[in-house]
Amino acid sequence: MTQHIATLWAKRPTPRGLAVDSPARPVFLALGLMLVVGWLLFTIDGGQFFSQANIVGIQQRSAALGIVAVGQTLAILAGSLDLSVAFLISLSSLIAAETMAEYGVLAGIGATLVVSAVVGLVNGLVITRLKVHAFIATLGVALIIKGVLESRYDGPAGHVPESFQRIGFDRIGPVPVSALLWLAIAVAAWFLLSRTTLGYRIFAVGGDPEVARLSGVRTDRVIVTTHVLCSLAAGAAGLLLAARLGAGAPTVGTDGGYDLESVAAVVLGGTALAGGRGGVAGTVGGVLLLAVLDSSFNQLEINSFAKDVVRGVVLVAALAVYARRRYAR
Amino acid sequence: MGRMLRMTGIGKSFPGARVLSDVDLDVAAGEVHALIGENGAGKSTLMKILAGVHRPDEGTIELQGKAVEFGHPIDARRAGVSIIYQELTLLPERTVAENVFLGREPARRGLVDREAMEKATALLMDELGEFSFGPRDLVARLSVAQQQVVEIVKALSVDARIVVMDEPTAALAEHEVELLYRLVRQLSERGIAVLYISHRLREIFELADRVTVLKDGAKVATVPIDQLTTADLVRMMVGRDVTDYYPARATREAGDVLLKVSGGGNDRLDGIDLELRAGEIVGVAGLQGAGRTELAKALFGAEPFSRGEMTPKRPRSVQEGIAAGFGLVTEDRKSEGLALHQSVRDNALLVARTRGQRSGAKVLDLLKRVRLAPPSPEKEVRLLSGGNQQKVVLAKWLTVAPKVLLFDEPTRGVDVGAKASIHELVRELAEDGMAVLMISSELPELIGMSDRIVVLRDGRIAGHLPANPSEEAVMHLAAGS
Repeated sequence: MTQHIATLWAKRPTPRGLAVDSPARPVFLALGLMLVVGWLLFTIDGGQFFSQANIVGIQQRSAALGIVAVGQTLAILAGSLDLSVAFLISLSSLIAAETMAEYGVLAGIGATLVVSAVVGLVNGLVITRLKVHAFIATLGVALIIKGVLESRYDGPAGHVPESFQRIGFDRIGPVPVSALLWLAIAVAAWFLLSRTTLGYRIFAVGGDPEVARLSGVRTDRVIVTTHVLCSLAAGAAGLLLAARLGAGAPTVGTDGGYDLESVAAVVLGGTALAGGRGGVAGTVGGVLLLAVLDSSFNQLEINSFAKDVVRGVVLVAALAVYARRRYAR
Repeated sequence: MGRMLRMTGIGKSFPGARVLSDVDLDVAAGEVHALIGENGAGKSTLMKILAGVHRPDEGTIELQGKAVEFGHPIDARRAGVSIIYQELTLLPERTVAENVFLGREPARRGLVDREAMEKATALLMDELGEFSFGPRDLVARLSVAQQQVVEIVKALSVDARIVVMDEPTAALAEHEVELLYRLVRQLSERGIAVLYISHRLREIFELADRVTVLKDGAKVATVPIDQLTTADLVRMMVGRDVTDYYPARATREAGDVLLKVSGGGNDRLDGIDLELRAGEIVGVAGLQGAGRTELAKALFGAEPFSRGEMTPKRPRSVQEGIAAGFGLVTEDRKSEGLALHQSVRDNALLVARTRGQRSGAKVLDLLKRVRLAPPSPEKEVRLLSGGNQQKVVLAKWLTVAPKVLLFDEPTRGVDVGAKASIHELVRELAEDGMAVLMISSELPELIGMSDRIVVLRDGRIAGHLPANPSEEAVMHLAAGS
């Protein structure tokens, strides 16, 4: 009898990662398809899709969004959501650039991460203590940050030292340092989710907060922690953008649409908006998919309205596919 | 056997209502102790006090001789009380092992030892028997019965001393019940006390050593089961004799053919030939997954037939089904039958379309006709008992005067008193000239109510049986043995 279970146990891998029924699989299939389509479009247009310039461009474009989206994945998996990331990115870029100009690179990084963590803490506490729905709580915090930005800044400010700017532009062969930073953050989040008790509890809280609570999980603490991590990711993205711009900018976060775009990347990657199901791998796929789409549009010089229409269609289609898959089960 | 649990003088009031007064309960180690009573008798409150969800106003709880106080469900669990709720508390998107060890994953410095967790789960499963699933399977893939196994494994893994099961067979098919019985007996052999809450008296006679009956928040008696008959139990529960469980069968010949299907099929059903006549109740038997609910939904138009002939015309949608005179009382009234946060009136008018159907006077009449007690149309439906909710569902259909009423598990989660009144109602509707198709997993109910029985197996009709067949005859056809 022992053998009976043991064999079953050995034979069946948990359907996660990139296994056949993993939630992240469709996005990677779509990404593969998109790569082929992109390559075809480039070729027809007389360009070269797999040129170093384009590959580097795709990674550069993805890195900042990718970092935010990894953080957003944690918040969404826990059944929450963070709409304050875009303004927080702007704020972070300004804090980073201003502090670096005065006190040096390390102080700038430190100050940015501390402020980000505090914003995350506020988000988490408003949601758990004041029982405000995450959507409204983080929207409120977003507006507060917006007010601060608008009253204090009317344009780029601060200055990022050359040494730190290199993070934005240096690369090792075809791989930009910014993409490596993204990769490192994604791997860290994957490790957190799949190996640590905190990760298990994030899934539990997102899956069913009541079940988690009755199993002894301190659900409030988990939610606050994911918000702190999500905001730290936004802070890191702010640092990266400051390095690229050489200064802080009060609109860099909202211009990039990092709030809704990060949510879009997460759900494109198969993570359930209600929480409890999904993972970082899918998010990485979602971000890359959006970036490949972008680069194809740029090559074809399609105007930005058509671009948004196509992105909207892709997003809705993806969610329809996921809904079908779940229904079929 | 030592005493495991002793609850003494337990009392509990909620604002405006006294739910429990002076209830004593003691359960021995290794005993299967049944707790029964009608809805509202206080069973679930007593259970929630034991689970640490509610605090008692009066009374004491002793576990293995030691006084305990539970301020939080976690306290109760740590003390060795495991509750298996009717609505299972598992995470569908996590694996079996992850669910078993939820909240207390074996870990070193925050890193989960996945292998240890899966091995421990596998070992516990092996002790219970052979199963066709393993620790790494996602819970979403498991049947309700398998999920109960997971809950039991979870209880074993926390080294539970008492396992409370709340209506564990409510969502199980007949053959799965056997597995549950076996597991309950295994728990008791290990010296674990099982507190078993059920509406199904047959199960209690099958499993329990002793039974405690609650009525209106007070204890009626605790009696060894072998000193009781079913009639005794029912009398203790409802406080009166319920001599005949089921209303008398049809007094006249079945009337006109109201429904005829030949060769009906879709992706879950095949070759369905069926005739329903005015005035008759046709029972549908079958194991879980045999296509019983699918048959009702096909006739109703919710999951339509894609082939075959049908009179009236095969409905392709629910709207067409209702227009053709069908009504469906669904298996899960909370999610498919009622808008829980709306009033009785709003719910009763859910399918009504014309002004005549929607008139206030008529709604009141209908509520009286279905014997909703009290017939208060403004009350929110979620506040009603299961039996009364079911009556509201019935009232909803009666507004449109259907010709064929399809019942899917009409008395699930309904207490004995209300059950009898729903049975009477169903018979009355048939007498009034409706054709009734009734699905039930409870064989005594199915046999007691039906004028004839259709047995399904693997989406096909396995056979027809006349009134009053033996349970064996039904099972024989259903299981195909």
